Amino acid sequence: MKSDAEPVTLTRKDFVSAQEVRWCPGCGDNAILAQVQKTLPELGIPRENIVFISGIGCSSRFPYYMNTYGIHSIHGRAPTLAMGLKVARPELQVWVVTGDGDALAIGGNHFAHAMRRNIDINILLFNNRIYGLTKGQYSPTSAIGTRSISSPDGSIENPVNPVGVAIGSEAAFIARTVDVFQKHMSEILTRAANHRGASLVEIAQNCIIFNDGAWAHMTDPDNRKENVLYLEHGQPMRFGKQGEKGIRLNGLNPEVVLVEEAGEENLLIHDEKAAEPTLAYLLSRMGPPDFPIPVGVFRAIDKPAYSQRLMQQVHAAQSDRQPDLETLFRQGECWDVS
Amino acid sequence: MDDPVTAEDTLDQVTILFCGDSGDGMQLTGSQLTTTSAVYGNDVSTLPDYPSEIRAPAGSLAGVSAFQLQFANHEIHTPGDRPDVLVAMNPASFKVNLYKLQPQGTLIIDQDAFSERGLAKAGYAENPLDDPGLASRYRMHVVPATTLTLTALEGLDLKRTAKMRCKNFFALGLVCWLYDRPLDHILDWIEKKFGRNRDVAEANRRALKAGYHYGDTSEAFDVQWQVRTAERQPGTYRIINGNEATALGLVTAAQLAHKPLVYSSYPITPASDVLHQMSQWKHLDVRTIQAEDEIAAMGATIGAAYGGALAATGTSGPGVCLKSEAINLAIMLELPLVILDVQRGGPSTGLPTKTEQTDLLQAMFGRNGESPLPVLAPASPKDCFDTAIEAFRIAVRHMTPVFILSEGFLANGSEPWRIPSISELEPFQIHHPDDPAGYQPYDRNPDTLARPWVLPGTPGMEHRVGGLEKQPVTGTVSYAPQDHEEMCRQRAQKVERIAGYIPELEVTGQQQGDLLVLSWGGSYGAAVTAVQRANRKGLSVGHAHLRYLNPFPRNLGDVLDRYDKVMIPELNNGQLGLLVRARYLRDVVHLPKLQGQPFSVSDIETKIEDLLA
Repeated sequence: MKSDAEPVTLTRKDFVSAQEVRWCPGCGDNAILAQVQKTLPELGIPRENIVFISGIGCSSRFPYYMNTYGIHSIHGRAPTLAMGLKVARPELQVWVVTGDGDALAIGGNHFAHAMRRNIDINILLFNNRIYGLTKGQYSPTSAIGTRSISSPDGSIENPVNPVGVAIGSEAAFIARTVDVFQKHMSEILTRAANHRGASLVEIAQNCIIFNDGAWAHMTDPDNRKENVLYLEHGQPMRFGKQGEKGIRLNGLNPEVVLVEEAGEENLLIHDEKAAEPTLAYLLSRMGPPDFPIPVGVFRAIDKPAYSQRLMQQVHAAQSDRQPDLETLFRQGECWDVS
Repeated sequence: MDDPVTAEDTLDQVTILFCGDSGDGMQLTGSQLTTTSAVYGNDVSTLPDYPSEIRAPAGSLAGVSAFQLQFANHEIHTPGDRPDVLVAMNPASFKVNLYKLQPQGTLIIDQDAFSERGLAKAGYAENPLDDPGLASRYRMHVVPATTLTLTALEGLDLKRTAKMRCKNFFALGLVCWLYDRPLDHILDWIEKKFGRNRDVAEANRRALKAGYHYGDTSEAFDVQWQVRTAERQPGTYRIINGNEATALGLVTAAQLAHKPLVYSSYPITPASDVLHQMSQWKHLDVRTIQAEDEIAAMGATIGAAYGGALAATGTSGPGVCLKSEAINLAIMLELPLVILDVQRGGPSTGLPTKTEQTDLLQAMFGRNGESPLPVLAPASPKDCFDTAIEAFRIAVRHMTPVFILSEGFLANGSEPWRIPSISELEPFQIHHPDDPAGYQPYDRNPDTLARPWVLPGTPGMEHRVGGLEKQPVTGTVSYAPQDHEEMCRQRAQKVERIAGYIPELEVTGQQQGDLLVLSWGGSYGAAVTAVQRANRKGLSVGHAHLRYLNPFPRNLGDVLDRYDKVMIPELNNGQLGLLVRARYLRDVVHLPKLQGQPFSVSDIETKIEDLLA
């Protein structure tokens, strides 16, 4: 294929398809689409070598709006198509667009296994903590007590945390960003795209119709600095309006401290490259009311990707054995009849 | 037992059933006699029959493992009906299989296994060998096989249990003597298999020879039989089972197409061996995925096909249930791929290791919406090779997923296969458009109605496909009433038009007359043999075999019209019958069988005679 050609110069417009965008006005998906279309040209990858694959749900309409190759597949199964495509064509850049229902309910199995195998794909998980396309049922990430059309007395289910699932699934790249954090999202998307292996980006996304304000404590400009912890590799964990607060480890538990009192040198230092995901897990558990929500890269370690290992075996076999079909036919006992 | 051991007689064919405990090595014994007989020059057909438990309690009825084979001096199509020889290595296998033995058939028993303990495990209160009637019904040979094996192995540095495991080779040696088979092939195999472990190799050699010499010298056997060689087309041959042949066919298709083969599968009996085979063939650019579940295996197959590989998945009936939604996506995306269903007894988990033909209607209709796809079924183990290639050929020419309905009986059954040379095989013609001018994702080839197979990585042809209904030609999402109806029509017509590319149905035996036997899948062998026998008796019967179940061969209706009656033997309750009735408004007689076993020739022969009486 003509994949590793000259670096190409593309613009946002090159990635906009002719399809009219049909998400609700004000839906967080629009903001994510805009950032993806803005970020992709900066990666220098020919447009024809990019494939977007989605499942079912509001977020999964995404491929129709991207002027790349794309498949709008079936509910929860996008990672499986992505796996097959990467095995057939390791050189393509494959994105999976999914939601909290698609990835964590019906597709939970594939979501976990794609990360475990380290399939070289970028998974964008739009988490709005509700089912949008089916009109408002609670989702696997809905808070306990969520009142919805299918839980009129409040959800009785414990929610799952996408970052925690990713850690449990041995994901090598795990990040979180927010639909309205445009610059941050663009940085995270670039990191995810450049990471070799499975990359999970959880995007906190607002469903304006069925779960408006689910992430308001992060997105409200007045409280953002109080409630969001921006993770930066090698940096002490500080937040607050003036950066006056920090995270310190007390035994095995994090605690919020005032930097002035605790001393910056005693704050936790973020290490996304830690071999063990212990710190990433500890961060994944943080959130209101006692903690800010971390955004940024939780974990980014190097591990061989699935297709890389597979093709190593294929190439090794090809250098060891003649690729001769007739020899294969003659495996085992043969005899001649004349 | 009066005559000396010199008499020799000739037979046209012999059917032998080896049975014993799962740990007794009956599958190995049977397959060794199979290859020996094939190399000797007989035609051979086999029926392995083993339990689904990996280690059922030793000596129990559940743990009985059996291997039936027929060898002959002429072309045969089945592993034989009732065996002429039953070799039973323990009481449980005797109990389970004795009823199959022909009257006056040869019964060879390992006497040592009929101990009090062995009898109790099989649920015998008394030793059945004490029944005086047994010797009048069968030619009985009660042989202390374990003792004789241990004696032959005296002096070897092996544990008693290891020595006892060689008793299957004693039995094999005895049968080889009985049918005048040379031992060379088996001795070579022992050397190759155990050569590094001298004592084990020597033990198996000695046990084999001890069995052979026992037949020769014991005077218990009065006749040695000859089954002479069969006429065969010249060439190089090997023994092949259906799963091996399918795997080879799929990789051959990929090689002919100059493409990688992506085979994605979740382990399931009786299809797993195809995955095992494929995983060894990376040097031929075979890329296997052991998926996390059946759905993932199907999804990965679609993804690989989208990327331009030849892609296939393999499973059995329960797996097809799980794959249905994804198969429909493949139908909607109109991508070429192959779904192998090695059918087993159902419903639900059913009979995992037993054969059945009960997935035909599932393959045809087991999906939501109007979702036609082509369905093929191999007729014999070796036909799995050609069917696999044909399935891919249809898939890429008509841009559609294609079902192969194999069966447990074919998957594990084996027969000689003449190895083709690559030059005999027709190359694949595949075109991936790369000219963006005028490109439309659902523009169709005017003959086949196939849409273009454009690969990601092709500049200027970026497009989106999906499971939503489309506008014709452009493929843009559309829910418009006329668009949906038109797309349903196009998808159906595309599959129907395949009938123009497949051979017409051939009839053997009477070309018209009283009765047509119409078979499909692994029932071929029993049906063709039964009709041959009926023809020899002067009955007006023809036989036709459907390898293509959707679409049907274009002349099927004409063929049906040439007979007064149509009888369809199938290992289900009449699924093909339902399709034939619906399509041709033609009444048919069902011959169903749901016993986890293939048809015997006599099953069909009896039905033919009943119908024409």
